[in-house]
Amino acid sequence: MNLNLLNQVTAFIWQEGDMLDHGEFANWLSLWSPKGTYIIPIDPRQEDFENSLNYAYDDHHMRELRVQRLTGGESISTSPQPRTVRTLSRFRVLSETDTQVTVRCAQNLREFRKDALKHYSADIVYELERHGDDFRIQRKVVRLINSDDTLAGIGYIL
Amino acid sequence: MNNLINAVNLDVSPADRVQADRVHTSLYTDAKLFDTEMDKIFYSTWVWVAHASEIPESGSYKSTYIGKQPVIVVRDRKKQVHVLLNRCRHRGATVCEHKKGKTNSFVCPYHGWSYALDGSLRGVPSPESYGDCLDKGELPLVSLRVEEYAGMLFATFKDDIEPLVDFLGPAKKWIDLFMKQGAGYPIKVPGEHRFRFPGNWKIQLENTTDAYHFPLVHKSFLSSVDEETLKLFDFVEGPGYVEDLGNGHSVMVMIPELVDLEANLDKPIPERFEGLAAELRDEGLEEQQVRRIVRAVGGSGFNLNLFPNVACSMAFFRVLQPISVTETEIHHSVITMDGGPAVANRYRLRLHEHFQGPMGFGTPDDSEAWERVQKGARAGEDLWIMLNRGLPGEKPSDDGLISDVSAETGMRAAYQQWKKMMSV
Repeated sequence: MNLNLLNQVTAFIWQEGDMLDHGEFANWLSLWSPKGTYIIPIDPRQEDFENSLNYAYDDHHMRELRVQRLTGGESISTSPQPRTVRTLSRFRVLSETDTQVTVRCAQNLREFRKDALKHYSADIVYELERHGDDFRIQRKVVRLINSDDTLAGIGYIL
Repeated sequence: MNNLINAVNLDVSPADRVQADRVHTSLYTDAKLFDTEMDKIFYSTWVWVAHASEIPESGSYKSTYIGKQPVIVVRDRKKQVHVLLNRCRHRGATVCEHKKGKTNSFVCPYHGWSYALDGSLRGVPSPESYGDCLDKGELPLVSLRVEEYAGMLFATFKDDIEPLVDFLGPAKKWIDLFMKQGAGYPIKVPGEHRFRFPGNWKIQLENTTDAYHFPLVHKSFLSSVDEETLKLFDFVEGPGYVEDLGNGHSVMVMIPELVDLEANLDKPIPERFEGLAAELRDEGLEEQQVRRIVRAVGGSGFNLNLFPNVACSMAFFRVLQPISVTETEIHHSVITMDGGPAVANRYRLRLHEHFQGPMGFGTPDDSEAWERVQKGARAGEDLWIMLNRGLPGEKPSDDGLISDVSAETGMRAAYQQWKKMMSV
Protein backbone atom coordinates (compact mmCIF):
# COMPACT_ATOMS: atom_id res chain seq x y z
CA MET A 1 0.00 0.00 0.00
CA ASN A 2 1.35 3.40 -1.00
CA LEU A 3 0.95 5.21 2.33
CA ASN A 4 2.59 8.33 1.04
CA LEU A 5 0.01 8.65 -1.72
CA LEU A 6 -2.80 7.82 0.69
CA ASN A 7 -1.59 10.61 2.95
CA GLN A 8 -1.40 13.05 0.07
CA VAL A 9 -4.90 12.42 -1.24
CA THR A 10 -6.35 12.35 2.28
CA ALA A 11 -4.80 15.72 3.04
CA PHE A 12 -6.18 17.13 -0.21
CA ILE A 13 -9.72 15.84 0.40
CA TRP A 14 -9.72 16.95 4.05
CA GLN A 15 -8.70 20.37 2.89
CA GLU A 16 -11.59 20.44 0.40
CA GLY A 17 -14.06 19.41 3.12
CA ASP A 18 -12.77 22.08 5.45
CA MET A 19 -13.15 24.75 2.75
CA LEU A 20 -16.77 23.74 2.15
CA ASP A 21 -17.67 23.67 5.85
CA HIS A 22 -16.10 27.08 6.34
CA GLY A 23 -17.49 28.78 3.25
CA GLU A 24 -14.18 29.29 1.39
CA PHE A 25 -15.85 28.88 -1.96
CA ALA A 26 -13.36 30.79 -4.12
CA ASN A 27 -10.61 28.48 -2.85
CA TRP A 28 -12.88 25.51 -3.41
CA LEU A 29 -13.51 26.49 -7.04
CA SER A 30 -9.75 26.68 -7.60
CA LEU A 31 -9.32 23.04 -6.53
CA TRP A 32 -11.03 21.95 -9.73
CA SER A 33 -9.68 21.09 -13.10
CA PRO A 34 -11.45 23.43 -15.61
CA LYS A 35 -13.16 20.44 -17.23
CA GLY A 36 -14.04 18.78 -13.91
CA THR A 37 -17.54 17.58 -13.10
CA TYR A 38 -19.32 17.55 -9.75
CA ILE A 39 -22.03 14.89 -9.72
CA ILE A 40 -24.72 13.84 -7.24
CA PRO A 41 -26.48 10.85 -8.84
CA ILE A 42 -29.97 9.61 -7.97
CA ASP A 43 -29.79 5.97 -9.08
CA PRO A 44 -27.18 4.06 -7.03
CA ARG A 45 -26.42 1.80 -10.02
CA GLN A 46 -26.09 4.57 -12.59
CA GLU A 47 -22.73 5.04 -14.29
CA ASP A 48 -23.77 7.09 -17.33
CA PHE A 49 -24.31 10.32 -15.44
CA GLU A 50 -24.24 12.60 -18.45
CA ASN A 51 -27.25 10.89 -20.03
CA SER A 52 -29.33 10.44 -16.90
CA LEU A 53 -31.03 12.60 -14.31
CA ASN A 54 -28.93 13.57 -11.29
CA TYR A 55 -29.40 15.91 -8.37
CA ALA A 56 -26.43 17.85 -9.67
CA TYR A 57 -24.23 17.54 -12.72
CA ASP A 58 -22.07 20.65 -12.60
CA ASP A 59 -19.39 21.83 -14.94
CA HIS A 60 -17.23 24.78 -13.96
CA HIS A 61 -19.89 27.33 -14.95
CA MET A 62 -22.61 25.60 -12.90
CA ARG A 63 -20.26 25.31 -9.90
CA GLU A 64 -19.71 29.06 -10.04
CA LEU A 65 -23.46 29.67 -10.29
CA ARG A 66 -24.07 27.30 -7.36
CA VAL A 67 -21.58 29.18 -5.22
CA GLN A 68 -23.18 32.46 -6.25
CA ARG A 69 -26.62 31.13 -5.28
CA LEU A 70 -25.43 29.92 -1.89
CA THR A 71 -23.69 33.17 -1.03
CA GLY A 72 -25.71 35.77 -2.96
CA GLY A 73 -28.43 36.23 -0.34
CA GLU A 74 -31.20 36.00 -2.96
CA SER A 75 -32.39 32.54 -2.02
CA ILE A 76 -34.75 32.08 0.94
CA SER A 77 -33.69 28.46 1.35
CA THR A 78 -30.08 29.43 1.95
CA SER A 79 -30.63 32.44 4.18
CA PRO A 80 -29.96 31.75 6.90
CA GLN A 81 -27.19 29.58 5.50
CA PRO A 82 -27.04 26.03 6.80
CA ARG A 83 -24.07 25.16 9.01
CA THR A 84 -22.33 21.94 8.10
CA VAL A 85 -19.69 19.70 9.60
CA ARG A 86 -18.49 16.83 7.46
CA THR A 87 -16.30 13.97 8.57
CA LEU A 88 -14.33 12.21 5.84
CA SER A 89 -12.75 8.85 6.45
CA ARG A 90 -12.21 5.31 5.11
CA PHE A 91 -9.97 6.53 2.30
CA ARG A 92 -8.91 3.95 -0.25
CA VAL A 93 -6.92 4.48 -3.43
CA LEU A 94 -8.77 2.55 -6.12
CA SER A 95 -6.29 3.18 -8.91
CA GLU A 96 -3.36 5.36 -9.79
CA THR A 97 -1.46 6.30 -12.92
CA ASP A 98 1.25 8.84 -13.58
CA THR A 99 -1.37 11.51 -14.14
CA GLN A 100 -4.42 10.41 -12.13
CA VAL A 101 -5.51 8.95 -8.81
CA THR A 102 -8.97 7.57 -8.04
CA VAL A 103 -9.93 7.61 -4.36
CA ARG A 104 -13.05 6.38 -2.59
CA CYS A 105 -13.99 7.57 0.87
CA ALA A 106 -16.88 7.88 3.29
CA GLN A 107 -18.52 11.19 4.18
CA ASN A 108 -20.80 11.78 7.11
CA LEU A 109 -22.25 15.24 7.06
CA ARG A 110 -24.30 16.97 9.72
CA GLU A 111 -26.36 19.96 8.71
CA PHE A 112 -28.07 22.44 10.99
CA ARG A 113 -30.41 25.14 9.79
CA LYS A 114 -33.06 27.06 11.73
CA ASP A 115 -34.32 24.36 14.08
CA ALA A 116 -33.38 21.10 12.39
CA LEU A 117 -30.30 18.86 12.53
CA LYS A 118 -30.03 16.54 9.52
CA HIS A 119 -27.59 13.83 8.57
CA TYR A 120 -26.40 12.73 5.13
CA SER A 121 -24.05 9.80 4.58
CA ALA A 122 -22.34 9.25 1.28
CA ASP A 123 -19.71 7.33 -0.59
CA ILE A 124 -17.56 9.75 -2.56
CA VAL A 125 -15.35 8.83 -5.47
CA TYR A 126 -12.73 11.41 -6.44
CA GLU A 127 -10.87 11.33 -9.71
CA LEU A 128 -7.86 13.50 -9.03
CA GLU A 129 -5.47 14.81 -11.60
CA ARG A 130 -1.87 15.30 -10.52
CA HIS A 131 -0.95 18.99 -10.55
CA GLY A 132 2.72 19.44 -9.57
CA ASP A 133 2.91 18.26 -5.96
CA ASP A 134 -0.80 18.78 -5.58
CA PHE A 135 -4.04 17.64 -7.21
CA ARG A 136 -6.98 19.06 -9.15
CA ILE A 137 -10.44 17.46 -9.04
CA GLN A 138 -11.34 15.90 -12.36
CA ARG A 139 -14.53 14.32 -11.10
CA LYS A 140 -16.28 14.08 -7.76
CA VAL A 141 -19.23 11.68 -7.51
CA VAL A 142 -21.21 11.85 -4.27
CA ARG A 143 -23.41 8.79 -3.81
CA LEU A 144 -25.79 9.51 -0.96
CA ILE A 145 -26.84 6.22 0.61
CA ASN A 146 -30.47 7.40 0.49
CA SER A 147 -30.20 8.97 -2.97
CA ASP A 148 -33.24 7.12 -4.30
CA ASP A 149 -35.43 8.06 -1.35
CA THR A 150 -37.22 11.37 -0.92
CA LEU A 151 -34.85 14.12 0.17
CA ALA A 152 -35.41 17.61 1.54
CA GLY A 153 -33.72 20.74 0.20
CA ILE A 154 -29.88 20.63 0.37
CA GLY A 155 -28.73 24.25 0.51
CA TYR A 156 -24.98 23.67 0.47
CA ILE A 157 -22.32 21.76 -1.43
CA LEU A 158 -22.02 18.08 -0.53
CA MET B 1 -62.82 43.84 1.71
CA ASN B 2 -59.45 42.36 2.62
CA ASN B 3 -59.96 43.27 6.24
CA LEU B 4 -63.27 41.51 6.55
CA ILE B 5 -62.60 38.34 8.51
CA ASN B 6 -65.53 36.03 8.96
CA ALA B 7 -65.58 33.90 12.08
CA VAL B 8 -65.80 30.20 11.39
CA ASN B 9 -66.73 27.43 13.74
CA LEU B 10 -64.41 24.53 12.90
CA ASP B 11 -67.31 22.11 13.05
CA VAL B 12 -68.95 23.78 10.09
CA SER B 13 -69.14 21.91 6.83
CA PRO B 14 -66.14 21.85 4.50
CA ALA B 15 -68.18 23.83 1.97
CA ASP B 16 -68.44 26.81 4.31
CA ARG B 17 -64.67 26.96 4.52
CA VAL B 18 -64.37 27.85 0.84
CA GLN B 19 -65.66 31.21 -0.34
CA ALA B 20 -65.43 32.79 -3.77
CA ASP B 21 -62.32 34.81 -2.89
CA ARG B 22 -60.73 32.99 0.08
CA VAL B 23 -60.40 29.68 1.89
CA HIS B 24 -60.24 29.06 5.58
CA THR B 25 -56.79 28.32 7.04
CA SER B 26 -58.11 25.08 8.54
CA LEU B 27 -57.86 23.59 5.03
CA TYR B 28 -54.12 23.40 5.71
CA THR B 29 -54.25 22.33 9.35
CA ASP B 30 -57.31 20.21 10.16
CA ALA B 31 -56.36 16.50 10.35
CA LYS B 32 -60.00 15.37 10.23
CA LEU B 33 -60.48 17.34 7.05
CA PHE B 34 -57.43 15.59 5.59
CA ASP B 35 -59.01 12.17 6.23
CA THR B 36 -62.20 13.35 4.54
CA GLU B 37 -60.16 14.58 1.57
CA MET B 38 -58.70 11.11 1.13
CA ASP B 39 -62.22 9.62 0.90
CA LYS B 40 -64.04 12.31 -1.00
CA ILE B 41 -61.28 13.46 -3.33
CA PHE B 42 -58.42 10.96 -3.72
CA TYR B 43 -60.65 7.87 -3.54
CA SER B 44 -63.44 9.45 -5.57
CA THR B 45 -61.91 10.92 -8.69
CA TRP B 46 -59.28 10.28 -11.38
CA VAL B 47 -55.81 10.33 -9.87
CA TRP B 48 -52.62 10.31 -11.94
CA VAL B 49 -50.53 7.17 -11.38
CA ALA B 50 -47.89 7.07 -14.13
CA HIS B 51 -46.77 8.09 -17.57
CA ALA B 52 -47.05 5.17 -20.01
CA SER B 53 -43.29 5.32 -20.72
CA GLU B 54 -42.54 4.41 -17.10
CA ILE B 55 -43.94 0.92 -17.75
CA PRO B 56 -42.89 0.37 -21.37
CA GLU B 57 -42.93 -3.43 -21.64
CA SER B 58 -44.92 -6.45 -20.49
CA GLY B 59 -43.97 -6.97 -16.86
CA SER B 60 -42.77 -3.38 -16.30
CA TYR B 61 -44.20 -1.93 -13.12
CA LYS B 62 -43.92 0.95 -10.73
CA SER B 63 -45.27 1.21 -7.21
CA THR B 64 -46.93 4.39 -6.05
CA TYR B 65 -49.82 5.67 -3.96
CA ILE B 66 -53.34 6.85 -4.51
CA GLY B 67 -53.99 9.02 -1.50
CA LYS B 68 -52.66 6.91 1.38
CA GLN B 69 -53.11 3.54 -0.37
CA PRO B 70 -50.16 1.72 -1.95
CA VAL B 71 -50.75 0.59 -5.54
CA ILE B 72 -48.80 -1.12 -8.31
CA VAL B 73 -49.06 0.13 -11.89
CA VAL B 74 -48.16 -2.76 -14.18
CA ARG B 75 -48.33 -3.78 -17.83
CA ASP B 76 -49.50 -7.35 -18.39
CA ARG B 77 -48.54 -9.86 -21.09
CA LYS B 78 -51.11 -8.37 -23.47
CA LYS B 79 -49.66 -4.87 -22.82
CA GLN B 80 -52.79 -3.93 -20.87
CA VAL B 81 -52.18 -1.58 -17.93
CA HIS B 82 -53.48 -2.58 -14.49
CA VAL B 83 -53.52 -0.59 -11.29
CA LEU B 84 -53.57 -3.06 -8.40
CA LEU B 85 -53.82 -2.47 -4.67
CA ASN B 86 -50.46 -3.46 -3.22
CA ARG B 87 -51.70 -5.90 -0.57
CA CYS B 88 -51.88 -9.65 -0.51
CA ARG B 89 -55.43 -10.98 -0.24
CA HIS B 90 -54.30 -13.47 2.40
CA ARG B 91 -53.06 -11.45 5.37
CA GLY B 92 -52.43 -8.05 3.88
CA ALA B 93 -48.66 -7.77 3.29
CA THR B 94 -47.46 -5.67 0.37
CA VAL B 95 -46.50 -7.83 -2.59
CA CYS B 96 -44.09 -5.29 -4.11
CA GLU B 97 -41.56 -3.07 -2.34
CA HIS B 98 -39.57 -1.82 -5.34
CA LYS B 99 -40.22 1.60 -6.82
CA LYS B 100 -39.94 0.24 -10.33
CA GLY B 101 -38.76 -2.78 -12.20
CA LYS B 102 -39.74 -5.73 -14.34
CA THR B 103 -41.24 -9.01 -13.19
CA ASN B 104 -43.26 -12.03 -14.22
CA SER B 105 -45.44 -12.09 -11.12
CA PHE B 106 -45.92 -10.60 -7.68
CA VAL B 107 -45.18 -12.99 -4.84
CA CYS B 108 -46.11 -12.19 -1.26
CA PRO B 109 -43.01 -12.64 0.91
CA TYR B 110 -45.02 -13.76 3.95
CA HIS B 111 -46.63 -17.06 2.82
CA GLY B 112 -45.77 -17.14 -0.86
CA TRP B 113 -49.11 -16.42 -2.49
CA SER B 114 -48.35 -15.46 -6.07
CA TYR B 115 -50.23 -13.20 -8.45
CA ALA B 116 -50.08 -12.78 -12.22
CA LEU B 117 -49.42 -9.39 -13.83
CA ASP B 118 -53.16 -8.82 -14.20
CA GLY B 119 -53.58 -9.40 -10.46
CA SER B 120 -55.17 -12.86 -10.63
CA LEU B 121 -54.18 -15.25 -7.84
CA ARG B 122 -52.11 -18.03 -9.40
CA GLY B 123 -50.51 -20.04 -6.67
CA VAL B 124 -50.98 -20.78 -2.98
CA PRO B 125 -48.29 -22.94 -1.32
CA SER B 126 -49.52 -26.12 0.45
CA PRO B 127 -53.17 -25.67 -0.58
CA GLU B 128 -54.34 -28.96 1.00
CA SER B 129 -55.15 -27.34 4.35
CA TYR B 130 -57.74 -25.12 2.64
CA GLY B 131 -59.68 -28.15 1.39
CA ASP B 132 -62.39 -26.62 -0.77
CA CYS B 133 -62.75 -23.38 1.23
CA LEU B 134 -60.43 -21.28 -0.98
CA ASP B 135 -61.62 -20.06 -4.37
CA LYS B 136 -58.61 -18.45 -6.04
CA GLY B 137 -60.89 -16.67 -8.48
CA GLU B 138 -62.34 -14.67 -5.58
CA LEU B 139 -59.03 -13.39 -4.28
CA PRO B 140 -57.14 -11.47 -6.98
CA LEU B 141 -55.19 -8.32 -6.12
CA VAL B 142 -57.87 -5.63 -6.11
CA SER B 143 -57.84 -3.97 -9.51
CA LEU B 144 -58.83 -0.35 -10.04
CA ARG B 145 -60.39 1.31 -13.05
CA VAL B 146 -57.64 2.77 -15.22
CA GLU B 147 -57.81 5.04 -18.28
CA GLU B 148 -55.21 6.82 -20.38
CA TYR B 149 -55.03 10.09 -22.24
CA ALA B 150 -52.00 10.94 -24.40
CA GLY B 151 -49.78 8.62 -22.37
CA MET B 152 -50.98 9.97 -19.02
CA LEU B 153 -52.34 7.12 -16.90
CA PHE B 154 -55.03 7.79 -14.30
CA ALA B 155 -56.85 5.39 -11.98
CA THR B 156 -59.92 5.61 -9.79
CA PHE B 157 -61.66 3.57 -7.10
CA LYS B 158 -65.03 4.60 -8.58
CA ASP B 159 -66.68 2.61 -11.32
CA ASP B 160 -69.51 5.09 -11.69
CA ILE B 161 -67.71 8.37 -12.35
CA GLU B 162 -67.39 9.97 -15.78
CA PRO B 163 -64.79 8.66 -18.27
CA LEU B 164 -61.33 10.25 -17.95
CA VAL B 165 -61.71 12.21 -21.19
CA ASP B 166 -64.87 13.88 -19.87
CA PHE B 167 -63.17 14.64 -16.55
CA LEU B 168 -60.28 16.29 -18.37
CA GLY B 169 -62.59 18.21 -20.72
CA PRO B 170 -60.92 21.34 -22.15
CA ALA B 171 -57.66 20.36 -20.42
CA LYS B 172 -57.19 17.74 -23.18
CA LYS B 173 -56.13 20.26 -25.80
CA TRP B 174 -53.50 21.64 -23.40
CA ILE B 175 -52.20 18.10 -22.79
CA ASP B 176 -51.92 17.71 -26.57
CA LEU B 177 -49.94 20.96 -26.77
CA PHE B 178 -47.73 19.89 -23.87
CA MET B 179 -46.79 16.65 -25.62
CA LYS B 180 -45.39 18.64 -28.56
CA GLN B 181 -42.19 19.05 -26.56
CA GLY B 182 -41.36 15.57 -27.79
CA ALA B 183 -40.61 17.32 -31.12
CA GLY B 184 -42.12 14.38 -32.98
CA TYR B 185 -40.55 11.73 -30.72
CA PRO B 186 -42.64 9.99 -28.05
CA ILE B 187 -42.41 11.60 -24.61
CA LYS B 188 -40.39 9.57 -22.13
CA VAL B 189 -40.07 9.86 -18.34
CA PRO B 190 -36.59 8.48 -17.56
CA GLY B 191 -36.33 9.69 -13.97
CA GLU B 192 -37.57 12.04 -11.33
CA HIS B 193 -36.63 14.15 -8.35
CA ARG B 194 -38.54 13.22 -5.19
CA PHE B 195 -38.72 15.43 -2.17
CA ARG B 196 -40.96 16.16 0.77
CA PHE B 197 -41.87 19.37 2.47
CA PRO B 198 -43.61 19.89 5.81
CA GLY B 199 -46.84 21.35 4.51
CA ASN B 200 -50.31 20.58 3.21
CA TRP B 201 -50.72 19.25 -0.34
CA LYS B 202 -52.95 22.11 -1.44
CA ILE B 203 -50.13 24.62 -0.85
CA GLN B 204 -48.27 22.89 -3.69
CA LEU B 205 -51.43 22.53 -5.77
CA GLU B 206 -51.86 26.31 -5.62
CA ASN B 207 -48.24 27.00 -6.48
CA THR B 208 -48.45 25.49 -9.96
CA THR B 209 -50.72 28.35 -11.02
CA ASP B 210 -48.92 31.03 -9.02
CA ALA B 211 -46.97 33.32 -11.34
CA TYR B 212 -46.97 36.02 -8.65
CA HIS B 213 -44.24 34.33 -6.55
CA PHE B 214 -41.83 33.72 -9.40
CA PRO B 215 -39.67 36.87 -9.52
CA LEU B 216 -39.33 36.97 -5.75
CA VAL B 217 -38.93 33.34 -4.68
CA HIS B 218 -36.86 32.46 -7.75
CA LYS B 219 -34.62 35.51 -7.74
CA SER B 220 -31.50 33.37 -7.30
CA PHE B 221 -32.55 31.18 -10.24
CA LEU B 222 -33.17 34.22 -12.41
CA SER B 223 -29.72 35.54 -11.48
CA SER B 224 -28.23 32.30 -12.83
CA VAL B 225 -29.69 32.39 -16.36
CA ASP B 226 -28.74 34.23 -19.56
CA GLU B 227 -30.33 37.52 -20.68
CA GLU B 228 -32.72 35.88 -23.17
CA THR B 229 -34.06 33.43 -20.61
CA LEU B 230 -34.36 36.21 -18.06
CA LYS B 231 -36.53 38.19 -20.47
CA LEU B 232 -38.66 35.13 -21.18
CA PHE B 233 -39.28 34.59 -17.45
CA ASP B 234 -40.21 38.22 -16.87
CA PHE B 235 -43.89 37.37 -17.28
CA VAL B 236 -45.74 38.63 -14.21
CA GLU B 237 -46.81 41.87 -15.86
CA GLY B 238 -46.79 40.36 -19.34
CA PRO B 239 -49.54 39.28 -21.74
CA GLY B 240 -50.01 35.79 -20.28
CA TYR B 241 -53.17 34.61 -18.56
CA VAL B 242 -54.73 32.05 -16.25
CA GLU B 243 -57.80 30.14 -17.34
CA ASP B 244 -60.17 28.01 -15.28
CA LEU B 245 -60.85 24.88 -17.38
CA GLY B 246 -63.54 23.33 -15.18
CA ASN B 247 -63.44 20.30 -12.81
CA GLY B 248 -60.69 22.04 -10.81
CA HIS B 249 -58.26 22.12 -13.73
CA SER B 250 -56.62 25.31 -14.92
CA VAL B 251 -53.86 26.55 -17.16
CA MET B 252 -51.41 29.37 -16.54
CA VAL B 253 -49.88 30.67 -19.75
CA MET B 254 -46.67 32.45 -18.81
CA ILE B 255 -45.02 32.68 -22.22
CA PRO B 256 -47.74 32.90 -24.91
CA GLU B 257 -45.22 32.53 -27.76
CA LEU B 258 -44.35 29.06 -26.41
CA VAL B 259 -47.89 27.68 -26.25
CA ASP B 260 -47.65 25.88 -29.59
CA LEU B 261 -44.15 24.50 -30.01
CA GLU B 262 -44.79 23.63 -33.65
CA ALA B 263 -45.69 27.20 -34.61
CA ASN B 264 -43.20 29.85 -35.79
CA LEU B 265 -40.52 27.34 -36.69
CA ASP B 266 -39.10 29.83 -39.20
CA LYS B 267 -38.26 32.43 -36.56
CA PRO B 268 -34.54 32.97 -35.83
CA ILE B 269 -33.06 30.47 -33.41
CA PRO B 270 -32.45 32.15 -30.04
CA GLU B 271 -28.80 32.74 -29.21
CA ARG B 272 -28.77 30.35 -26.25
CA PHE B 273 -29.75 27.46 -28.54
CA GLU B 274 -27.26 28.16 -31.32
CA GLY B 275 -24.72 25.67 -29.96
CA LEU B 276 -27.34 22.93 -29.68
CA ALA B 277 -28.66 23.68 -33.18
CA ALA B 278 -25.13 23.38 -34.59
CA GLU B 279 -24.62 20.02 -32.88
CA LEU B 280 -27.95 18.74 -34.23
CA ARG B 281 -27.02 19.86 -37.76
CA ASP B 282 -23.68 18.07 -37.34
CA GLU B 283 -25.62 14.90 -36.60
CA GLY B 284 -27.25 15.28 -40.01
CA LEU B 285 -30.73 16.38 -38.96
CA GLU B 286 -32.85 18.32 -41.45
CA GLU B 287 -33.08 22.06 -40.70
CA GLN B 288 -36.84 21.82 -40.00
CA GLN B 289 -36.28 19.05 -37.44
CA VAL B 290 -33.39 20.99 -35.87
CA ARG B 291 -35.75 23.95 -35.41
CA ARG B 292 -38.51 21.75 -34.06
CA ILE B 293 -36.20 20.22 -31.43
CA VAL B 294 -34.60 23.51 -30.49
CA ARG B 295 -38.00 25.12 -30.03
CA ALA B 296 -39.28 22.22 -27.95
CA VAL B 297 -36.22 21.52 -25.85
CA GLY B 298 -36.86 24.25 -23.27
CA GLY B 299 -40.44 23.10 -22.67
CA SER B 300 -43.86 24.66 -23.09
CA GLY B 301 -44.75 28.19 -22.01
CA PHE B 302 -47.53 27.09 -19.66
CA ASN B 303 -48.42 25.11 -16.56
CA LEU B 304 -51.49 22.89 -16.80
CA ASN B 305 -52.77 22.05 -13.33
CA LEU B 306 -54.95 18.93 -13.22
CA PHE B 307 -56.97 18.43 -10.06
CA PRO B 308 -56.05 16.86 -7.71
CA ASN B 309 -52.49 15.56 -8.10
CA VAL B 310 -50.66 16.19 -11.37
CA ALA B 311 -49.45 19.10 -13.46
CA CYS B 312 -47.90 19.41 -16.87
CA SER B 313 -45.50 22.09 -15.79
CA MET B 314 -43.49 23.72 -18.59
CA ALA B 315 -40.93 20.93 -19.17
CA PHE B 316 -41.84 18.25 -16.60
CA PHE B 317 -44.66 16.46 -14.78
CA ARG B 318 -45.27 17.59 -11.22
CA VAL B 319 -46.95 14.88 -9.15
CA LEU B 320 -48.05 15.45 -5.58
CA GLN B 321 -48.80 12.84 -2.98
CA PRO B 322 -50.36 13.78 0.35
CA ILE B 323 -48.58 12.14 3.30
CA SER B 324 -50.43 13.80 6.18
CA VAL B 325 -52.23 17.06 6.78
CA THR B 326 -48.83 18.71 7.29
CA GLU B 327 -46.61 16.73 4.93
CA THR B 328 -46.51 16.29 1.16
CA GLU B 329 -44.29 14.35 -1.20
CA ILE B 330 -43.58 15.74 -4.64
CA HIS B 331 -42.15 14.09 -7.71
CA HIS B 332 -40.77 16.17 -10.54
CA SER B 333 -40.57 13.78 -13.48
CA VAL B 334 -38.14 14.76 -16.18
CA ILE B 335 -39.24 14.44 -19.80
CA THR B 336 -37.00 13.44 -22.70
CA MET B 337 -37.54 12.57 -26.36
CA ASP B 338 -37.65 8.78 -26.67
CA GLY B 339 -35.19 7.96 -29.43
CA GLY B 340 -34.35 11.65 -29.89
CA PRO B 341 -30.82 13.04 -30.23
CA ALA B 342 -28.81 12.43 -27.03
CA VAL B 343 -27.42 15.96 -27.15
CA ALA B 344 -30.94 17.42 -26.98
CA ASN B 345 -31.98 15.05 -24.21
CA ARG B 346 -28.89 16.01 -22.22
CA TYR B 347 -29.96 19.63 -22.58
CA ARG B 348 -33.35 18.72 -21.06
CA LEU B 349 -31.74 16.73 -18.22
CA ARG B 350 -29.40 19.62 -17.30
CA LEU B 351 -32.30 22.09 -17.51
CA HIS B 352 -34.30 19.93 -15.07
CA GLU B 353 -31.35 19.62 -12.68
CA HIS B 354 -30.81 23.39 -12.83
CA PHE B 355 -34.25 24.26 -11.40
CA GLN B 356 -35.75 21.11 -9.87
CA GLY B 357 -34.92 18.78 -7.05
CA PRO B 358 -33.36 19.13 -3.61
CA MET B 359 -30.21 20.68 -5.07
CA GLY B 360 -31.91 22.66 -7.84
CA PHE B 361 -31.88 26.44 -8.01
CA GLY B 362 -35.69 26.66 -7.77
CA THR B 363 -37.31 23.82 -5.84
CA PRO B 364 -35.62 24.41 -2.45
CA ASP B 365 -36.83 28.01 -2.44
CA ASP B 366 -40.40 26.97 -3.30
CA SER B 367 -40.18 24.37 -0.57
CA GLU B 368 -39.01 26.98 1.94
CA ALA B 369 -41.91 29.29 1.04
CA TRP B 370 -44.48 26.49 1.40
CA GLU B 371 -42.98 25.38 4.70
CA ARG B 372 -43.41 28.92 5.95
CA VAL B 373 -47.05 28.97 4.84
CA GLN B 374 -47.68 25.84 6.91
CA LYS B 375 -45.85 27.29 9.90
CA GLY B 376 -47.61 30.63 9.66
CA ALA B 377 -50.97 28.90 9.25
CA ARG B 378 -50.73 27.81 12.89
CA ALA B 379 -51.20 31.44 13.93
CA GLY B 380 -54.69 32.77 14.54
CA GLU B 381 -57.97 30.95 15.01
CA ASP B 382 -60.21 32.30 12.32
CA LEU B 383 -57.96 33.69 9.64
CA TRP B 384 -58.38 33.11 5.95
CA ILE B 385 -56.09 32.46 3.00
CA MET B 386 -56.75 35.23 0.48
CA LEU B 387 -57.28 34.19 -3.13
CA ASN B 388 -58.78 37.33 -4.62
CA ARG B 389 -55.93 38.39 -6.88
CA GLY B 390 -57.10 39.06 -10.43
CA LEU B 391 -60.79 38.97 -9.54
CA PRO B 392 -61.68 42.42 -10.91
CA GLY B 393 -60.30 41.53 -14.35
CA GLU B 394 -61.78 38.02 -14.48
CA LYS B 395 -64.04 37.35 -17.47
CA PRO B 396 -65.92 34.37 -18.88
CA SER B 397 -64.02 32.47 -21.58
CA ASP B 398 -64.90 29.62 -23.96
CA ASP B 399 -63.71 27.06 -21.42
CA GLY B 400 -64.47 28.81 -18.13
CA LEU B 401 -63.01 31.96 -16.66
CA ILE B 402 -59.93 33.93 -17.60
CA SER B 403 -57.81 36.59 -15.93
CA ASP B 404 -54.28 37.97 -15.96
CA VAL B 405 -51.22 35.72 -15.64
CA SER B 406 -50.71 36.36 -11.94
CA ALA B 407 -54.41 36.06 -11.05
CA GLU B 408 -55.39 33.45 -8.48
CA THR B 409 -58.03 32.14 -10.91
CA GLY B 410 -56.46 28.66 -11.07
CA MET B 411 -56.44 28.35 -7.29
CA ARG B 412 -60.05 29.46 -7.10
CA ALA B 413 -60.88 26.82 -9.73
CA ALA B 414 -59.20 24.09 -7.66
CA TYR B 415 -60.93 25.15 -4.46
CA GLN B 416 -64.34 25.27 -6.13
CA GLN B 417 -63.80 21.66 -7.21
CA TRP B 418 -62.60 20.82 -3.68
CA LYS B 419 -65.78 22.39 -2.30
CA LYS B 420 -67.97 20.49 -4.75
CA MET B 421 -66.38 17.14 -3.97
CA MET B 422 -66.18 17.67 -0.21
CA SER B 423 -69.88 18.64 -0.11
CA VAL B 424 -71.14 15.35 -1.54
